[in-house]
Amino acid sequence: MQTLVLRLARWRQSDLAWSLVRSPEAVASALLLIVYAVLALGAPWLAPQNPFDLATVELMDARLPPAWLEAGQLKYLLGTDGQGRDLVSVMLHGLRMSLLVGLASTLLAMLIGVTLGLVAGYVGGWVDNLIMRAADVQLSFPAILVALLVDGLSRTVLPRELQQQLSLPIVVLAIALATWVQYARTVRGVTLVEKNRDYVNAARLIGMGRARILARHVLPNVLSPVLVIATLSIGLAVLTEATLSFLGLGVPATSPSLGTLIRLGNEVLFSGEWWITVMPGLMLIGLVLAINLFGDWLRDALNPRLK
Amino acid sequence: MLRFILGRLANGLLVMAVVSLLSFALFNFTGDPVNNLTGDSATLAEKQQLRAALGLDQPLPVQYLKFVGRALQGEFGVSYRNLEPVSQLILSRLPATLELSAVAALLALGLGIPMGVYAGIRPRALGARGLQTVSLIGVSVPSFVTGIGLILLFSVGLNWLPSYGRGEVVQLGAWSTGLLGASGWKAIVMPAITLALFQLTLFMRLTRTQMMEVMKSEYIKFARARGLRERAVHFRHALRNTLIPIITVAGLQLGSMVAFSIITESVFQWPGLGLLIIQAITFSDVPVIAAYLLLVAALFVLINAVVDLLYVVVDPRLRVAR
Repeated sequence: MQTLVLRLARWRQSDLAWSLVRSPEAVASALLLIVYAVLALGAPWLAPQNPFDLATVELMDARLPPAWLEAGQLKYLLGTDGQGRDLVSVMLHGLRMSLLVGLASTLLAMLIGVTLGLVAGYVGGWVDNLIMRAADVQLSFPAILVALLVDGLSRTVLPRELQQQLSLPIVVLAIALATWVQYARTVRGVTLVEKNRDYVNAARLIGMGRARILARHVLPNVLSPVLVIATLSIGLAVLTEATLSFLGLGVPATSPSLGTLIRLGNEVLFSGEWWITVMPGLMLIGLVLAINLFGDWLRDALNPRLK
Repeated sequence: MLRFILGRLANGLLVMAVVSLLSFALFNFTGDPVNNLTGDSATLAEKQQLRAALGLDQPLPVQYLKFVGRALQGEFGVSYRNLEPVSQLILSRLPATLELSAVAALLALGLGIPMGVYAGIRPRALGARGLQTVSLIGVSVPSFVTGIGLILLFSVGLNWLPSYGRGEVVQLGAWSTGLLGASGWKAIVMPAITLALFQLTLFMRLTRTQMMEVMKSEYIKFARARGLRERAVHFRHALRNTLIPIITVAGLQLGSMVAFSIITESVFQWPGLGLLIIQAITFSDVPVIAAYLLLVAALFVLINAVVDLLYVVVDPRLRVAR
C-alpha cells in the first residue's frame, strides 16, 4: 500500500502527468476510455438483459425505437434490435467483443513484431535479411487487405465447422499478421543502436546468452516506442475487426461485435429502424476516436524531440 | 541508380513469386478438382484420364510453372459459382472499380492537398484548427459507417440519391461506364465520398505537416525577399518541396483505394471487383480468389514501381546519387 502511494506521488510529479493535465483532449479521451473499459469489463453485470439467453428475449418486442421516441419503452433505453434484444445489452457485449479482439490482436502483433525485430537487429546477417524482406513484402499491401485475405482464405481452406470454432482466434491472428511489421521495423532500428552499447558488451562479456541479453537488457530500451505504436494500433485493430465483421467475416454471429451489430442494422436500414445501426456505429466511432486522441497525445508526450 | 531500380524490380518479382505460390497452393490443396468436376458415377479409369488431361499427374513444380504460364496469359479457369471464365468475370467488373477509385482519388487529392496547404500556411488560424479537428474525426470513423450515414441521410431520409448500384451504364466496347449519364453520376456521389474521405484526411494532414516544415526554411524567406507573390511562394516553392512524401503516400494510397473499395462496394452494392471478391470468399470460389490475389499483387507491385520512378522525376537530386 505504502509503495503504491509512493509511486502515485512520484507519478504525479512526472513529465508525463504534467503533459496529461495540460491537454484537455488527452484527459477527456482517457476518461472516455476508462468508461468504455468499465462498460466492456462489466458487460455481463451491467447489461439490463442477457441478450444471448433466449428465455429473456421477447420476440414481440422486436424493433422498438429508443425510449424517448413514440412507442419506445423505458425498459429498452435505446430500443431493441430485429430479434427483440435490448440494444443497450447487445451493444455492451459487442463492445466487450470488439475490445477483446482489438487488444488480443494488438498484443499478438506486438509479440511477433518485437521478437522478430529484436532477432533481426541483434543477429543480423541472412536472418535480418529474411525478416526484413518479409516485412517489405507485407508492407506493400494495406493491413485491411491482408487481414481480409487471411480471414477469407481460412474460410476456403479449413472445413466449415473447424472454421466456425476457430473463427475468433483466426480473426486475432489475421489482424496480428497484418500489423506486426511496424513493431518489427522500429524495434530493429533501436536494437541496431543498442547492441553496440557498453552495457550490452558487458553483458556479453560476463557470458550471458543471447536470449537473456535481448530479453533483460535490450528489450526494456525499446519499450517506449513500442508502447506508442501499440496504443495507436489498438484503434486500427478495432477498426479492422469491425470492418471484417461488417463484411460478414470476422467474429462469429453468435458472439457479435460492434461491427456485426452495424451489419445486422444495415440490413434493416430501409424499414426505418435507424437506431439498430446508428447506436453501435456511434459507440464504435467514440471508441476509436478516444483511442486515437489518447495515442496522439502519448506519441507527442513520449517524443523527446518535441520537448 | 541502376542498382536501385534492379533492387526494386527483384523485390517486385519476389512478391509476385510468393503470391503466385500462395494462389497455386490454394488451387491444389482445397479439395480435388477432379472430384469437383466429375460426379460420383465416374470410374477410376475415367478419373485417371481426366487427371492426365488436366496435367494433374505431373510433378508439382511442372504444374506450378504451367499455372504461372496460364496466369500470364490471363487464364484462371472457370468460376465455381457462376461457371463463367474468371478472366471474363474480372474484366466485366474492373471498370466499375476503376471508375469509383478514380473519382474518389481525384476528390481526395483535389480537396486534400489544397486544404493541407491552407492549414499548413497558418496552422494557428481558426479555419486550419477546425480542419485539423474534422480530420481527426475523419480518420476515426470507419468507412462503412460513413457510407451507412450517407445512405441514411440522402437515400432513406431525403430520397435524393440511389443507395445501391451504378445507375445506367453505357457500353463502350469492353468498357462499361456510368459516367456518361446523370443517373450514373448520381449513383457514384456517395460511394466516391465514402471511399475518398479517409484518404482525403490523410492527404490533408500530411500536406499540412510538410508545409509547416517547409515554410520555415531559408529558401522560402529568400523567395519572399525576392518579392514573389505569396501564391507563387506557396505553390511553386513550398508545395513543390513537399511533393516527395505526398507522392509516396498518394501512390500507396491509390493501391489501398482498390483494397478499401471492397468495403465501399459492399455498403453500396457497387458491382465491382470488391463485391466480387467478397462473394467469392463467402462461396469459397477458389479460382476467383486466386485470380484476385494475383491481380491485386501485380497492381501493388506496379504502383510501387511507378512511385519509385516518380521520385526521380520530382527530385533531380536522386538522378545523380545512389
